[in-house]
Amino acid sequence: MHDSKSLSRRDFLKAGLFGTAGLAGIAAAAQSAATGTAKSPAFAPLPSVPSQDHTGHDLTGTVGDVDTSRFDPMQYLTHFDYGRISRLPTGQTLREWDITAVDAEIEVAPGVYFPAWTYNGTIPGPTLRATEGDRLRVNFYNGGSHPHSIHFHGIHLPSMDGLQVVGSGDRFVYEFDARPFGLHLYHCHVMPLKRHIHKGLYGTFIVDPPGGRAPANEMVMMMNGFDTNFDGENEIYAVNTVAFHYERHPIPLKIGELNRIYLVNITEFDPINSFHLHAGMFKLYRTGTRPDQWEYTDTVMMCQGERHVLEFTLEYPGRYMIHAHQSELAELGWLGFLEAG
Amino acid sequence: MTTLGETTQAGMPAATKTRASIPGWVSALLPLAALGLLAVAFSITNPLAVFESNLPVAEQINVERIALEPGRMIVSVVNGGPEAVTIAQVEVDAAFWKFTISPSPLLPRLGRATIALDYPWVKGEPHVVKIVTATGTTFEGTVAVAAVTPRPGLREFGTYGLLGVYVGIIPVILGLLWFPAMRQLGRRGLGFILALTVGMLVFLLIDTMLEAFEVAGKLPGVFQGAPLALFAALLSWLAIAAVSSRRGGTSSDPVANRLWVATMIALGIGLHNLGEGLAIGAAFALGQAALGSFLVVGFTLHNVTEGIGIAAPVTRDQPSLWRFAGLALLAGAPAIGGAWIGGFAYSPLLAVLFLGIGAGAIWQVIVEVGNLLRRDAERDGLPLISWLNVAGLLVGIGAMYATAFLVKF
Repeated sequence: MHDSKSLSRRDFLKAGLFGTAGLAGIAAAAQSAATGTAKSPAFAPLPSVPSQDHTGHDLTGTVGDVDTSRFDPMQYLTHFDYGRISRLPTGQTLREWDITAVDAEIEVAPGVYFPAWTYNGTIPGPTLRATEGDRLRVNFYNGGSHPHSIHFHGIHLPSMDGLQVVGSGDRFVYEFDARPFGLHLYHCHVMPLKRHIHKGLYGTFIVDPPGGRAPANEMVMMMNGFDTNFDGENEIYAVNTVAFHYERHPIPLKIGELNRIYLVNITEFDPINSFHLHAGMFKLYRTGTRPDQWEYTDTVMMCQGERHVLEFTLEYPGRYMIHAHQSELAELGWLGFLEAG
Repeated sequence: MTTLGETTQAGMPAATKTRASIPGWVSALLPLAALGLLAVAFSITNPLAVFESNLPVAEQINVERIALEPGRMIVSVVNGGPEAVTIAQVEVDAAFWKFTISPSPLLPRLGRATIALDYPWVKGEPHVVKIVTATGTTFEGTVAVAAVTPRPGLREFGTYGLLGVYVGIIPVILGLLWFPAMRQLGRRGLGFILALTVGMLVFLLIDTMLEAFEVAGKLPGVFQGAPLALFAALLSWLAIAAVSSRRGGTSSDPVANRLWVATMIALGIGLHNLGEGLAIGAAFALGQAALGSFLVVGFTLHNVTEGIGIAAPVTRDQPSLWRFAGLALLAGAPAIGGAWIGGFAYSPLLAVLFLGIGAGAIWQVIVEVGNLLRRDAERDGLPLISWLNVAGLLVGIGAMYATAFLVKF
């Protein structure tokens, strides 16, 4: 089809030398066939042999590294903000946070800077963590150039739901009880919603069950994307903002230790995102609200706003790839490694 | 300087003496010095700061060429925007890919860079290269059908040269073979053939100019592609017109005169064929050879009319065979050069220039053939715009239009 279209002299010049939108579309459709290097070996290596993950992956990915002094995805991964803790006269635990919306430039891939809107200067915002039944108080100050809000998932008064617009320079105090336990998230809910979310106003919100969960190595992963050229499609995908960061810097894990990932999908524009673990299987607790109900899988598909708790242990030493099982998202940045040792 | 002095004298006689004392070169430099002062004042006081604020810079990266080697892509880019641009990452087929860039990822205005990627491209399939700048802005370049880009070598030069022979020299020779048949025609018939030639040339003029504009539209804005094409056309027209008029005497020897017109036609067509060869060579280099032989036959047919055009002015003369050979070479051989340039060193800027020059030359040839037609008509006491001549013109345009169906899809 495109062959015949590009036959005339003039069309030769158009199609052959400068490209056309139509051909770009064809190319996009054919892209998965072009590489064929998205998977590491399917076999599980013997316990004594480190896994080999370099099947062409040296060629793919971004060039260089980001400045981690402003935001380090490795630190974000395991950092939980429990707030300022005090006790109310009723005996209830009060957790207090100050969250400020600020405009910031965020390095979403080495050398690529995104004009973002953030909570506390980073994307994602701080991971807020409480125990079911705590009183939560979030002092929100909008230091950004546009009106914003914080909309928390969970059960609370509708007046605390973040639908009330907080103008630039204004404040709002969100106060509610942490319930139900599970894995939630918070994000801006000011219109136009797409822009306020894809510009970076979101974070993870964890409510632990009373008594907590079993001890584990815990990690937060927010699957997100960035539309750097503002054409309504993401140029860059990642967990925790920086494309391919955990590919360049594999996440160190211990063999035999229980790992728990708090996995949240906040990817804008794409209807779904997904998580796939190589060479292992995980228990999937949907929304983390029912500890007695789980499924056993190695791949999960999630709509925007969906979140699940994943638990697994790794048996063999070596690098375990994690990535979106949509190849396109994986090749645009949502791909990394867990390194068991 | 004298003009300036005279104006001053007429305008303000009292100032004549003081003005006259200023040396000519000083007054010539004065406006330039004032301009420099203005520029300095502008950059210091920055009176337009109010417009600057946080407006994003309009970046513009043009992907000029994507050359393919086995397992490797070489992408040539130029910064056609108003400010320096930093290239941060590169995607191929919507996948980030490792690359090296030289001389630097920072491209100053009009700066160039070459990006190399080890990418397993697939023969016969399209690929898209996307440049991501530091601001997240993206620019695309497309490989329509992937194939190894030819490197200049003896065999490649031969192949591309042959391409030029097929689309340039052979059709012109085929057209010239009508010469004996054309000699059988009467005067009115010859007028018809000359009008047909004008029609063919009109088609080529429009075709070449449109092609020039099309390529010009893809050039970075700073190169001003469309005006460049027009000025190239204007210059080549005036240059050829000047050469023609310097030759002077049109009345001295009508035979030599008609041969001159034929030579001019051959030259104009040659310049057109240069542009044609350029486009074909570039297209073949970019892997479009799949339907190549069909295309080449199409161009051969399309260009046969050119031979008729060249022979038309000299049908009542008896030019020697070597003169015919020279005319065929003049009209056809540039296609070979075009194919070489297009195949090994394509540049859209060069293409616009060549196409513009070709258009200008064709315009001058239309003027010359028109003159010939008019003189013949006056001598024979026939009207210039007769039904027969109009019909010839239409047949010329029609033949080109119809045979263009073979090469345009």
